[in-house]
Amino acid sequence: MLEVSNLHASVADTEILKGLSLTVNPGEVHAVMGPNGGGKSTFANVLAGRPAYVVNSGSVNYFGEDLIAKTPDVRAKEGIFLAFQYPVELPGVRFWQFMKAAVDAKRKHAGEKELAVREFDNLWKEKATQVKIDPELISRSVNEGFSGGEKKRAEMLQLALLEPKLAILDETDSGLDVDALRTVATSVNELRSPDRSFLVVTHYQRLLNYLTPDFVHILVDGRIVESGGAELAVTVEDTGYDRFIKAGVS
Amino acid sequence: MTSTLTSTDRYQAAYQERIAVGDQFSALREKAYRRFESVGFPVARKGNERWKYTNIAPIARAEYQISITADSSPTIDEIRSQLPFGDTWQTIAFVDGIFSEGLSTVGDGRPGVSIERLSATDSPLTSELGSIAQVDEDDGFGALNTAVFADGAVILLNGEIDAESPVHVLFVTTERSQPTMTSPRVLVIAEKFSKAVLIESHIGLESGVQFSNAVTEVAVGEGASLSHYRILEKGHESFHIGTTRVRQEKDSSYTSVSFAFGARIGRDDLHVLLDGPGSECTLNGLYMTSASDHLDNHISLTHAKPHATSKQLYKGILTGKSKAVFSGQVLVEKDAQKTYAVQRDMNLLLSDGAEVDTKPSLLIYADDVQCFHGAAAGEVDEDAIFYMLSRGLDRETASRILITAYADEIINHVETESLRAHLRKSVDKLLPVFHF
Repeated sequence: MLEVSNLHASVADTEILKGLSLTVNPGEVHAVMGPNGGGKSTFANVLAGRPAYVVNSGSVNYFGEDLIAKTPDVRAKEGIFLAFQYPVELPGVRFWQFMKAAVDAKRKHAGEKELAVREFDNLWKEKATQVKIDPELISRSVNEGFSGGEKKRAEMLQLALLEPKLAILDETDSGLDVDALRTVATSVNELRSPDRSFLVVTHYQRLLNYLTPDFVHILVDGRIVESGGAELAVTVEDTGYDRFIKAGVS
Repeated sequence: MTSTLTSTDRYQAAYQERIAVGDQFSALREKAYRRFESVGFPVARKGNERWKYTNIAPIARAEYQISITADSSPTIDEIRSQLPFGDTWQTIAFVDGIFSEGLSTVGDGRPGVSIERLSATDSPLTSELGSIAQVDEDDGFGALNTAVFADGAVILLNGEIDAESPVHVLFVTTERSQPTMTSPRVLVIAEKFSKAVLIESHIGLESGVQFSNAVTEVAVGEGASLSHYRILEKGHESFHIGTTRVRQEKDSSYTSVSFAFGARIGRDDLHVLLDGPGSECTLNGLYMTSASDHLDNHISLTHAKPHATSKQLYKGILTGKSKAVFSGQVLVEKDAQKTYAVQRDMNLLLSDGAEVDTKPSLLIYADDVQCFHGAAAGEVDEDAIFYMLSRGLDRETASRILITAYADEIINHVETESLRAHLRKSVDKLLPVFHF
């Protein structure tokens, strides 16, 4: 479904991704790990289409189409979801209204009818229960006044509602205590399905204690220097990134 | 300078016409006209802090028809749909300065309120006219209004009316063959312990030049509570100068929420005197400017007595080559100990050509007070936009949602649901030009 070949990308004229290649098949969970500055978040943002991230060369093929040519909203409507490292607060924008607009935009793009208020409301309640989020919290403005953990859980609610084909979690574990981490991981596990893939970007192995990836990739200096199974994450936990950094340089 | 002479002649003729009618305001008019003759319009801005950012030369230069008779203006049904309107509202309406029976719904004998026309009342209350907005203020605008106004509303609030049955004073201007000046005049007396909602609308349906020079005086009695929702919705060629003077007595509460959706030159000059201890005042506003609009919010507030509270929040959304001014001054006098005052102005700039001059200020002569102020102007947060795009919303939808939310913060201060609906419609209508 996703085929990234020799991707080079820059932020503010500095090349961060330097020939990244990766293939994700439906239903797979891939973890992308690596040291700070290696390009993990850049990779996540390039896939979602953040404007400041410029693709210089290489390709990203998504279900047979050129993903890079599509605007961020079209990517989202076609099944890409980015769970933000720092979810943005939208003062005065009610969460319910925001998500109804998002779900409707996606349905319209797929040639489906917009949901009636009642239909969406039922879906909203069902998904809120599924990701165990406080209904009072989400009756407010989007992310406004949410704690770090609440914001991440709210991202999971959005993921559940938008039912993406490729969910990218950008450092979702950062700033979470163990309980919040476990809750978020549980949500992700429940949202796994044969036609939904995950790309989990993380610095630490700890999220992967609760969320077993099919593949682990080590991203150093803009390139994947090693790929393996879940056991690779354990190795990282034991030995750190030093030996990969050396490998990346050599 | 023939044109200046001509304008002056017209103002003088209008004044003399009022004197010839000989109503109970003749003495006041005479004083006012003398004042206008000596100060004129504040066209010289140099060293004049009150008019530093607003050039009213185009208003002074134009020649207006002043005394008008009803002509074949649009029918009531044609204009009603464009106006703030509610079935349960008590409306007194003036179209191009002339009382409109068709648009008015007053006189159904509801308790708690009495609404009369200034041109047809023997109410002793009218002796208060000119006592809150005094004709010897610096500017000539208020004096000119007093000298020439032909009609208006006097409103007595002496009971409790709920937010869904507000009193509505409506001034509409329509397309006319030549520039016209109207002089809307309102006197509001909220008696002791009364509670009411008042809506004041100045709506222009014209595409040509119209000038409305309005004065509203409000007395809020002891323990009374008044919400005053003020709407300015003029054409891009029109001028509006609004002078509003409010005096609050002990333990009273006054809330003004103002909405300015456009005018070639629009000025909301609001002054509130907190003249009783324990009084509370909230002044909120939303202004949206586009094209070459110029909107000036000139807000001042005097804390004259102790233990009073004032809160101000104004928000602006600017696009095109428009300009907005927020000048807010809070004066805390020597005796006004235990004052709490907060003042804030925020602006969202959607185009490179838009400009805002924002100048909140505090002048404090008491020593035991808590006062805060702040101002901000910025563009739409790109992170917020990307966040919305990443959820599948296109730019237009994201823009609509963010701008609506920004405006809603002020609209939500309005208690009257039917008015909130009208205001949201007004914002929606503007959205095609307000986007990022």
